[in-house]
Amino acid sequence: MSVTSSQMPAGAAAPATPDPELPVSPRAASTRGRWAGWWFLGPFMLVFVLVFIAPVLYSLYLSLFHTQMVGGTQFVGFDNYIRAFSDGAFWAGLLRVSVFLVIQVPIMLAISLLVALAVDSGRLYGRDFFRISIFMPYAVPAVVASLMWGFMYGTRFGLVGNLNDFFGWNLPDLLTPDFILLSIGNIVTWEFVGYNMLIFYSALRVIPSSLYEAAAIDGAGQWRVVAAIKIPAIRGALVVATIFSIIGSFQLFNEPAILQSLAPNAISSSFTPNLYAYSLSFAGQQQNYSATVAIIMGLVTMVIAYVVQLRGMKQEA
Amino acid sequence: MAPPTLRVPAPRRSRLSTPSNPRRSPLLTVLTGIVLLYSLIPLLWLLINSTKTQGDLFSTFGLWFGREFSLVENVWRTLTYDDGIFVRWLGNTLLYVVAGAGGATLLAVLGGYALAKFDFPGKKAVFAVVIGAVAVPGTALAVPTFWMFSAMELTDTPWSVIIPSLISPFGLYLMWTFASQAIPTDLMEAARIDGAGEFRTFLQVCLPLLAPGTVTVMLFTMVATWNNYFLPLIMLRDPDWYPLTLGLNQWNSQAGTAGGDAIFDLVLTGSLLTIVPLIIAFLFLQRFWQSGLAAGGVKE
Repeated sequence: MSVTSSQMPAGAAAPATPDPELPVSPRAASTRGRWAGWWFLGPFMLVFVLVFIAPVLYSLYLSLFHTQMVGGTQFVGFDNYIRAFSDGAFWAGLLRVSVFLVIQVPIMLAISLLVALAVDSGRLYGRDFFRISIFMPYAVPAVVASLMWGFMYGTRFGLVGNLNDFFGWNLPDLLTPDFILLSIGNIVTWEFVGYNMLIFYSALRVIPSSLYEAAAIDGAGQWRVVAAIKIPAIRGALVVATIFSIIGSFQLFNEPAILQSLAPNAISSSFTPNLYAYSLSFAGQQQNYSATVAIIMGLVTMVIAYVVQLRGMKQEA
Repeated sequence: MAPPTLRVPAPRRSRLSTPSNPRRSPLLTVLTGIVLLYSLIPLLWLLINSTKTQGDLFSTFGLWFGREFSLVENVWRTLTYDDGIFVRWLGNTLLYVVAGAGGATLLAVLGGYALAKFDFPGKKAVFAVVIGAVAVPGTALAVPTFWMFSAMELTDTPWSVIIPSLISPFGLYLMWTFASQAIPTDLMEAARIDGAGEFRTFLQVCLPLLAPGTVTVMLFTMVATWNNYFLPLIMLRDPDWYPLTLGLNQWNSQAGTAGGDAIFDLVLTGSLLTIVPLIIAFLFLQRFWQSGLAAGGVKE
């Protein structure tokens, strides 16, 4: 892992400097046809329509119908939505991911931010080793991370079992209903601490050094520099990371789905809304209602992401 | 606040601006070391336990080696179990990564370049829709995509995994921010004045400048495709088309079923083999992706 020596190669110097111009200069396209940009964007948009727009529209369509073995498909208006609002299983799942969101996301982002600040301060021994190693779990598939942690949690041949045997402790089984959300939170935190750290670190790297010099002249201490310069300067990155984490929490699927085989009693088929939508569709043959659950979750996610963005950007101004 | 009359010039304070020569802090190193251990111990656990026989797995301490060192044997058994199905899954994963992540990178580079360097009708709308799409849960889309693909008879074929992998809104966003900084508009003007067409300008002038951003997007789409679980889970029935993630989970479920062949050792060794290529890719390409990410961070 000692390949990590060279920081910011020469080639990166140019793009890493913020461009004083706005991202798009209007004169760019003036010389050629107005549509030239579409030649480059066209391929993306074509596939985008196929795998994003069309499924969304199809979901909306599905959610307005009801299919029965006997009687076929019927238009039912908003009945599926009304059903979802009085569906205890759906609400329980939504509440569960909300609790998860409120606890796990701040902890994860705080650790990420602290590590990013530590790495950026240049006061660590072996800084590059830290940065690369802490990022590594991001390269581990959720399947592998869940299996690995699931085994480690286990009392049979996992670390928890080892510790109990070794020290005579009586650590609880982390795969029981009481602890399962905590266990999942730990897996997700482990996977994404490094990723978020890297986003923050990248944003910290491009703070103009003139700001630090000004702070030095004013005699500002390290913590003052962190609070008055570094945090405000990376607010954009903080907002983006928060939004991605919120989306990730509402989408929670992989970790509980995989842990299900190790902890069948703790994770029901409606443990998270996405798990619920999945089981409705593939085990329950209720694709109309499944589409409805998916749409509601999409809306909830978008609204919350939008609110976070508005708040984050307003404070920036 | 008042600066001393005899002001000490740059050296002492400059550690803030050029972090190449700051004073090292043992305390900070130890504190950050906790997170380092947290990140590495599970990987270490996986590595160590991949060297154990199934018997040792259950009977020896998790963070130390077992009585026998059977890593080579475990790897061999993983690769040959069930007529080498693991190799087949590896091949499938590579196919999905090359076609899916490669295609996604290509589309994101082209699209990001267009958004950064051209004005065209409908651009604002495109931008709003694509950024809005980032917030749509991927899982919310996967199920209706399945029903659509099912109607098109694409499910249970590699296409059903590759086509949805081609779109990476985050990649597009990253390339947009990167291209707007990395390509001076004057350079494009100069190429046009020299008579280069749009595609030649892109290929010969702009594409080389986009290299760090391209590598970044490639690595992130690679990880997304390599690690994808939900999409193939929905789309594929035939284990012959499974990627590694789905295959490993199948082995694990099999091990957990009564009467199933308990191959926990193979699940662990297979997990190790699954993550090694990605870790190597990240280590070797890091100087590219880090600079690409740094530039992307500016406009956020």
